[in-house]
Amino acid sequence: MPMTITEKIFAAHCGENEVKPGQLIEAEVDIMMCHDVTTPPAISMLKNAGIPPIFDPDRIVATPDHFQPAKDIKSAELLKRFDTWCRENNLKHYYPVGKAGVCHALLPEQGHIRPGEIIVGGDSHTCTYGALGAFSSGVGSTDLAAAIATGSLWFRVPESMKITLKGSLKHGVFSKDIVLDVIRQIGTDGARYMAMEYVGDTLAELSMESRMTITNMAIEAGGKNAIMAVDDTVREYLKGRLKNDAPYNEYQSDPDAEYASFVEVDCDKLEPLVALPHLPSNGKPIGEVKGMAMDQCYIGSCTNGRIEDLRLAAQIMKGKQVAIRTIIVPATPDIWAAALKEGLLQIFYDAGCVVSAPTCGACLGGFMGVLAAGDKCISSTNRNFVGRMGHPESEVYLASPATAAASAIEGKLTDPRPYLN
Amino acid sequence: MATAHVYKRDNVNTDEIIPARYLNTDDPAELATHCMEDLDKDFMNKCKPGDVVVCGDDFGCGSSREHAVWAIKGAQVKAVIAQSFARIFFRNCINCGFYPIELKDAVNLINDGDDIDIDLVNGVIKNNTQGKDIKFNPLPEFAINIIDNGGLLKHISKKQ
Ligand code: SF4
Repeated sequence: MPMTITEKIFAAHCGENEVKPGQLIEAEVDIMMCHDVTTPPAISMLKNAGIPPIFDPDRIVATPDHFQPAKDIKSAELLKRFDTWCRENNLKHYYPVGKAGVCHALLPEQGHIRPGEIIVGGDSHTCTYGALGAFSSGVGSTDLAAAIATGSLWFRVPESMKITLKGSLKHGVFSKDIVLDVIRQIGTDGARYMAMEYVGDTLAELSMESRMTITNMAIEAGGKNAIMAVDDTVREYLKGRLKNDAPYNEYQSDPDAEYASFVEVDCDKLEPLVALPHLPSNGKPIGEVKGMAMDQCYIGSCTNGRIEDLRLAAQIMKGKQVAIRTIIVPATPDIWAAALKEGLLQIFYDAGCVVSAPTCGACLGGFMGVLAAGDKCISSTNRNFVGRMGHPESEVYLASPATAAASAIEGKLTDPRPYLN
Repeated sequence: MATAHVYKRDNVNTDEIIPARYLNTDDPAELATHCMEDLDKDFMNKCKPGDVVVCGDDFGCGSSREHAVWAIKGAQVKAVIAQSFARIFFRNCINCGFYPIELKDAVNLINDGDDIDIDLVNGVIKNNTQGKDIKFNPLPEFAINIIDNGGLLKHISKKQ
């Protein structure tokens, strides 16, 4: 039977020759991603349930990110529970404060994601890793606890949606605009329970980082996972990076594999988009919304807080002044260090931005730039739900780091294209 | 006897069910005090133990935080009836031993303030106010087993 990449990965992990959508299976999990918000409850659950706590410590990758460095006393206690557990269990892949970064930027960067593997994480944006040809999906604390304890988990094999990217992105248009367009087309539950498989010529033009921006936001369309086949860009990225450098499995979907639905993005025609409050599906071309006054700009997160994003923002801000509060959050320590070395931090400083340590920070309204009632924030993050970055009466506008940076300079929603000449 | 709190809204997300600013705790009782806060500030004043929440499509979308289920359970809400559920929230409900009821057209079949009873075994919602019995599709047996065992972890420890 012809299968998709996602189906092939599942089949290989449950000891079957084939699986089909709708089937309930028990699959081996290769990596469990653990962070400070959802892992401490999982740890308590395991203690209370009295089941052997860790199946294989080497499969766990742990980093605090949401409220690190501790934002208040309660978070400090959460972080302490997390830290104690990681240390007591001698977790080999633990990134304590100082090494810690936003999980979905950190795990691929540090070489924990291998094509063909199954990764679950106690975080909905775990779907990011699909850009590397792996199945990955976000789960709750109980699922995480079960995976930690047993090394496996139950899954319903998802139907697949095929998303074809054709043409070439024009100057000033980025992968964030692609994914905002997909979500605009299908809605926030358009891919509910589905595997979102990306194919098409445009992919070859996209860097590893910009691909991860796309897979990161699968959950914003309700997707279970996003997946892209392994190609030279992936192989190149993984070279010398993988913690486990045994050969990995590259899966391709069979030409006659079944898809439940089809979506197409014509990248030639795409313009910079801004998703208006309060849904990621409210994407509008910048031309329709430019001029709207903003109070803050936030560039960071697992969606667009990588070095490429910071380079882009710096390119736009170089020699200019921002007109509104602008907060730059490199997603991991390595990204922070690269930004320092490349002189980007100096550019941000000169432009009047705040540069923070790697953290999830205000992306989820934690700290480091939380919004007041009535504030409008142009943000390179992934969610603009009510209250997401602070007060329930604040507003979040999602866009590419370029659109965010240009808007920071003008203090209003701004087309980045003239800034990129 | 339960009062239905009906929100004629789709895509009620986990940030509305339990805002991220309260995620620095995992205590259900404390989470419950903020349950649905960004959807309806008054929710915890209106909701009595055993009451039911009714919503449109894609309930619980967004973050994977199980805190959303704990907050609802902590508020002693008996069930959530939605036209459809977001995937992770749906899974989290089952894993926590909490029954997510999927009902087409829910927000039109049940009015805010209606008095209802739920029969999980037979898959029937009795709308006492309107004098109607409404059928819903029960969960697959696999999921019911997990719920009956008191959630995924108890289910696993039984198997081991
Ligand atoms: S950066 Fe934002 S979206 Fe990404 S993991 Fe952190 S809180 Fe979640």
